[in-house]
Amino acid sequence: MRVAKEVRDDRTVLSIQEDRIDAHNSGELKDLVLKTLEGGTKNVVIDLARVQFIDSSGLGALLSGYKNATLRSSGFALAGLQPRVRSMFELTRLHRVFDIYPSLQLALSA
Amino acid sequence: MGWAVIEMCETFVNLDIVVPNQTRYLRLVGAIAEQLAKELDVQEDTRDTLAFHLNLALTEAVANAIQYSSAANSTDSVRICFSVEDAYLSVRVYDHGGGFDLAALPMPEFDELRERGRGIFFIRSVMDSVQYHKTDSGNVLEMRKKIA
Repeated sequence: MRVAKEVRDDRTVLSIQEDRIDAHNSGELKDLVLKTLEGGTKNVVIDLARVQFIDSSGLGALLSGYKNATLRSSGFALAGLQPRVRSMFELTRLHRVFDIYPSLQLALSA
Repeated sequence: MGWAVIEMCETFVNLDIVVPNQTRYLRLVGAIAEQLAKELDVQEDTRDTLAFHLNLALTEAVANAIQYSSAANSTDSVRICFSVEDAYLSVRVYDHGGGFDLAALPMPEFDELRERGRGIFFIRSVMDSVQYHKTDSGNVLEMRKKIA
Protein backbone atom coordinates (compact mmCIF):
# COMPACT_ATOMS: atom_id res chain seq x y z
CA MET A 1 0.00 0.00 0.00
CA ARG A 2 1.32 3.43 -0.91
CA VAL A 3 1.08 5.85 2.01
CA ALA A 4 2.73 9.27 2.38
CA LYS A 5 3.85 9.90 5.96
CA GLU A 6 4.44 13.42 7.18
CA VAL A 7 4.96 14.93 10.62
CA ARG A 8 3.28 18.32 11.06
CA ASP A 9 3.76 19.96 14.44
CA ASP A 10 2.61 17.35 16.94
CA ARG A 11 0.66 15.30 14.39
CA THR A 12 1.65 12.39 12.17
CA VAL A 13 -0.33 12.45 8.93
CA LEU A 14 -0.71 9.22 6.96
CA SER A 15 -2.06 10.09 3.50
CA ILE A 16 -3.38 7.00 1.75
CA GLN A 17 -2.25 7.06 -1.89
CA GLU A 18 -4.60 4.29 -3.03
CA ASP A 19 -8.10 4.68 -4.51
CA ARG A 20 -9.24 1.45 -2.90
CA ILE A 21 -8.85 -0.22 0.51
CA ASP A 22 -9.99 -3.85 0.56
CA ALA A 23 -8.91 -7.23 1.93
CA HIS A 24 -5.81 -7.08 -0.31
CA ASN A 25 -4.21 -4.07 1.38
CA SER A 26 -6.11 -3.49 4.65
CA GLY A 27 -3.67 -5.69 6.59
CA GLU A 28 -0.80 -3.42 5.50
CA LEU A 29 -2.74 -0.35 6.61
CA LYS A 30 -3.41 -1.90 10.02
CA ASP A 31 0.29 -2.74 10.48
CA LEU A 32 1.42 0.70 9.34
CA VAL A 33 -0.90 2.52 11.77
CA LEU A 34 0.22 0.26 14.61
CA LYS A 35 3.92 0.88 13.81
CA THR A 36 3.27 4.61 13.70
CA LEU A 37 1.65 4.51 17.15
CA GLU A 38 4.47 2.32 18.48
CA GLY A 39 6.89 5.00 17.26
CA GLY A 40 5.53 7.23 20.00
CA THR A 41 3.39 9.72 18.10
CA LYS A 42 0.52 11.09 20.18
CA ASN A 43 -1.68 12.27 17.35
CA VAL A 44 -2.42 10.43 14.11
CA VAL A 45 -4.46 11.78 11.21
CA ILE A 46 -5.41 9.44 8.35
CA ASP A 47 -6.06 11.38 5.14
CA LEU A 48 -8.54 9.38 3.04
CA ALA A 49 -9.14 12.05 0.38
CA ARG A 50 -7.86 9.82 -2.44
CA VAL A 51 -9.77 6.74 -1.32
CA GLN A 52 -12.90 6.15 -3.39
CA PHE A 53 -13.80 2.73 -1.97
CA ILE A 54 -13.35 0.94 1.35
CA ASP A 55 -14.68 -2.48 2.38
CA SER A 56 -15.37 -4.08 5.77
CA SER A 57 -11.74 -5.14 6.20
CA GLY A 58 -10.62 -1.54 5.61
CA LEU A 59 -13.04 -0.32 8.28
CA GLY A 60 -11.60 -3.05 10.53
CA ALA A 61 -8.06 -1.75 9.96
CA LEU A 62 -9.13 1.79 10.90
CA LEU A 63 -10.96 0.48 13.99
CA SER A 64 -7.79 -1.34 15.00
CA GLY A 65 -5.93 1.97 14.73
CA TYR A 66 -8.60 3.80 16.72
CA LYS A 67 -8.54 1.22 19.52
CA ASN A 68 -4.74 1.13 19.68
CA ALA A 69 -4.55 4.92 19.71
CA THR A 70 -7.11 5.10 22.53
CA LEU A 71 -5.14 2.55 24.58
CA ARG A 72 -2.05 4.73 24.18
CA SER A 73 -3.92 7.98 24.88
CA SER A 74 -3.12 9.12 21.37
CA GLY A 75 -5.42 11.17 19.14
CA PHE A 76 -6.74 9.42 16.03
CA ALA A 77 -8.63 11.36 13.36
CA LEU A 78 -9.87 10.68 9.83
CA ALA A 79 -10.01 13.34 7.12
CA GLY A 80 -11.33 13.82 3.60
CA LEU A 81 -13.89 11.00 3.41
CA GLN A 82 -15.37 10.68 -0.09
CA PRO A 83 -19.14 10.03 -0.37
CA ARG A 84 -18.92 6.25 -0.87
CA VAL A 85 -16.42 5.93 1.98
CA ARG A 86 -18.52 8.13 4.24
CA SER A 87 -21.61 5.99 3.55
CA MET A 88 -19.79 2.89 4.85
CA PHE A 89 -19.18 4.64 8.18
CA GLU A 90 -22.81 5.75 8.34
CA LEU A 91 -24.20 2.26 7.60
CA THR A 92 -22.24 0.84 10.53
CA ARG A 93 -22.69 3.97 12.69
CA LEU A 94 -18.90 4.25 12.93
CA HIS A 95 -19.14 7.97 12.06
CA ARG A 96 -20.24 8.37 15.71
CA VAL A 97 -17.08 6.63 16.92
CA PHE A 98 -14.34 8.24 14.84
CA ASP A 99 -13.16 11.83 14.95
CA ILE A 100 -13.92 12.78 11.31
CA TYR A 101 -13.02 16.02 9.47
CA PRO A 102 -14.13 17.07 5.97
CA SER A 103 -10.53 17.82 4.95
CA LEU A 104 -6.94 17.39 6.13
CA GLN A 105 -6.67 21.15 6.53
CA LEU A 106 -9.61 21.21 8.95
CA ALA A 107 -8.22 18.21 10.85
CA LEU A 108 -4.88 19.99 11.27
CA SER A 109 -6.45 23.23 12.46
CA ALA A 110 -8.70 21.48 15.01
CA MET B 1 -5.22 -15.85 -14.84
CA GLY B 2 -8.93 -15.21 -14.72
CA TRP B 3 -11.15 -15.58 -17.75
CA ALA B 4 -14.55 -14.33 -18.69
CA VAL B 5 -17.29 -15.35 -21.05
CA ILE B 6 -19.74 -12.60 -21.81
CA GLU B 7 -23.08 -13.00 -23.53
CA MET B 8 -25.44 -10.08 -23.64
CA CYS B 9 -28.65 -9.16 -25.34
CA GLU B 10 -31.40 -6.70 -24.49
CA THR B 11 -33.28 -8.63 -21.83
CA PHE B 12 -30.82 -11.24 -20.61
CA VAL B 13 -27.25 -11.10 -19.42
CA ASN B 14 -25.07 -14.05 -18.54
CA LEU B 15 -21.55 -13.42 -17.30
CA ASP B 16 -19.33 -16.06 -15.72
CA ILE B 17 -15.95 -15.17 -14.22
CA VAL B 18 -13.37 -17.42 -12.59
CA VAL B 19 -10.60 -15.74 -10.59
CA PRO B 20 -7.73 -17.27 -8.61
CA ASN B 21 -8.42 -17.18 -4.87
CA GLN B 22 -6.07 -14.27 -4.26
CA THR B 23 -7.13 -10.95 -2.82
CA ARG B 24 -5.24 -9.03 -5.54
CA TYR B 25 -8.15 -9.91 -7.86
CA LEU B 26 -10.73 -8.10 -5.67
CA ARG B 27 -10.04 -4.85 -7.51
CA LEU B 28 -10.77 -6.52 -10.87
CA VAL B 29 -13.95 -8.15 -9.56
CA GLY B 30 -15.14 -4.80 -8.18
CA ALA B 31 -14.37 -3.06 -11.48
CA ILE B 32 -16.31 -5.70 -13.46
CA ALA B 33 -19.29 -5.26 -11.11
CA GLU B 34 -19.19 -1.48 -11.62
CA GLN B 35 -18.94 -1.84 -15.39
CA LEU B 36 -21.85 -4.29 -15.42
CA ALA B 37 -24.02 -1.69 -13.66
CA LYS B 38 -23.21 0.69 -16.52
CA GLU B 39 -24.34 -1.89 -19.09
CA LEU B 40 -27.66 -2.68 -17.39
CA ASP B 41 -30.90 -1.06 -18.40
CA VAL B 42 -31.50 1.00 -15.24
CA GLN B 43 -32.62 4.54 -14.50
CA GLU B 44 -29.79 6.98 -15.06
CA ASP B 45 -30.06 8.58 -11.59
CA THR B 46 -29.65 5.22 -9.83
CA ARG B 47 -26.77 3.92 -11.93
CA ASP B 48 -23.86 5.23 -9.85
CA THR B 49 -25.38 3.94 -6.60
CA LEU B 50 -26.03 0.55 -8.20
CA ALA B 51 -22.41 0.44 -9.43
CA PHE B 52 -21.12 1.16 -5.92
CA HIS B 53 -23.46 -1.39 -4.31
CA LEU B 54 -22.51 -4.16 -6.76
CA ASN B 55 -18.81 -3.36 -6.27
CA LEU B 56 -19.26 -3.56 -2.49
CA ALA B 57 -21.38 -6.75 -2.47
CA LEU B 58 -18.99 -8.54 -4.86
CA THR B 59 -15.87 -7.38 -3.02
CA GLU B 60 -17.24 -8.66 0.30
CA ALA B 61 -18.61 -11.92 -1.13
CA VAL B 62 -15.45 -12.79 -3.07
CA ALA B 63 -13.19 -11.85 -0.13
CA ASN B 64 -15.20 -14.29 1.99
CA ALA B 65 -15.02 -17.01 -0.67
CA ILE B 66 -11.23 -16.50 -0.99
CA GLN B 67 -10.86 -16.80 2.77
CA TYR B 68 -12.90 -20.03 2.91
CA SER B 69 -11.26 -21.55 -0.16
CA SER B 70 -7.73 -20.60 0.94
CA ALA B 71 -8.18 -22.56 4.14
CA ALA B 72 -9.23 -25.65 2.18
CA ASN B 73 -7.05 -25.45 -0.94
CA SER B 74 -4.48 -22.80 -1.80
CA THR B 75 -4.71 -23.40 -5.57
CA ASP B 76 -8.49 -23.08 -5.72
CA SER B 77 -10.38 -20.46 -7.70
CA VAL B 78 -13.58 -18.52 -7.11
CA ARG B 79 -16.41 -18.60 -9.62
CA ILE B 80 -18.84 -15.72 -10.00
CA CYS B 81 -21.99 -15.91 -12.14
CA PHE B 82 -24.10 -12.89 -13.03
CA SER B 83 -27.49 -13.25 -14.65
CA VAL B 84 -30.35 -10.89 -15.36
CA GLU B 85 -33.87 -12.21 -15.64
CA ASP B 86 -36.99 -10.11 -15.62
CA ALA B 87 -36.32 -7.22 -13.26
CA TYR B 88 -33.62 -8.87 -11.15
CA LEU B 89 -29.87 -9.15 -11.28
CA SER B 90 -28.71 -12.37 -9.64
CA VAL B 91 -25.09 -12.83 -8.58
CA ARG B 92 -23.82 -16.20 -7.38
CA VAL B 93 -20.40 -16.61 -5.75
CA TYR B 94 -19.14 -20.19 -5.29
CA ASP B 95 -16.68 -21.31 -2.65
CA HIS B 96 -15.27 -24.71 -1.75
CA GLY B 97 -14.73 -24.18 1.96
CA GLY B 98 -16.60 -25.63 4.90
CA GLY B 99 -19.56 -23.29 4.50
CA PHE B 100 -21.44 -21.37 7.16
CA ASP B 101 -25.00 -20.84 8.37
CA LEU B 102 -26.12 -17.50 6.98
CA ALA B 103 -29.32 -17.49 9.04
CA ALA B 104 -27.32 -17.91 12.26
CA LEU B 105 -25.12 -14.85 11.61
CA PRO B 106 -25.99 -12.11 14.09
CA MET B 107 -26.37 -8.44 13.21
CA PRO B 108 -23.13 -6.64 14.06
CA GLU B 109 -23.14 -5.16 17.55
CA PHE B 110 -22.40 -1.59 16.55
CA ASP B 111 -21.19 -0.56 19.99
CA GLU B 112 -18.64 -3.35 20.35
CA LEU B 113 -16.20 -2.00 17.73
CA ARG B 114 -15.09 -5.43 16.52
CA GLU B 115 -12.65 -5.37 13.63
CA ARG B 116 -14.40 -8.19 11.74
CA GLY B 117 -17.92 -9.41 11.00
CA ARG B 118 -19.44 -6.63 8.88
CA GLY B 119 -19.10 -8.15 5.40
CA ILE B 120 -22.41 -10.00 5.23
CA PHE B 121 -24.10 -7.03 6.92
CA PHE B 122 -22.95 -4.80 4.02
CA ILE B 123 -24.14 -7.33 1.45
CA ARG B 124 -27.55 -7.51 3.13
CA SER B 125 -27.67 -3.72 3.29
CA VAL B 126 -27.14 -3.15 -0.43
CA MET B 127 -28.83 -6.20 -2.00
CA ASP B 128 -32.52 -7.17 -1.88
CA SER B 129 -32.02 -10.80 -0.89
CA VAL B 130 -29.08 -13.00 0.17
CA GLN B 131 -29.06 -16.78 0.41
CA TYR B 132 -26.29 -19.29 1.08
CA HIS B 133 -26.62 -22.99 0.33
CA LYS B 134 -24.69 -26.09 -0.70
CA THR B 135 -24.75 -27.38 -4.27
CA ASP B 136 -22.92 -30.13 -6.18
CA SER B 137 -20.37 -27.56 -7.36
CA GLY B 138 -19.66 -26.07 -3.91
CA ASN B 139 -21.28 -23.62 -1.56
CA VAL B 140 -23.00 -20.70 -3.23
CA LEU B 141 -23.82 -17.24 -1.94
CA GLU B 142 -26.69 -15.95 -4.07
CA MET B 143 -27.47 -12.25 -4.02
CA ARG B 144 -30.37 -10.63 -5.84
CA LYS B 145 -31.01 -7.00 -6.68
CA LYS B 146 -34.07 -5.48 -8.32
CA ILE B 147 -32.89 -3.34 -11.20
CA ALA B 148 -36.12 -2.08 -12.76
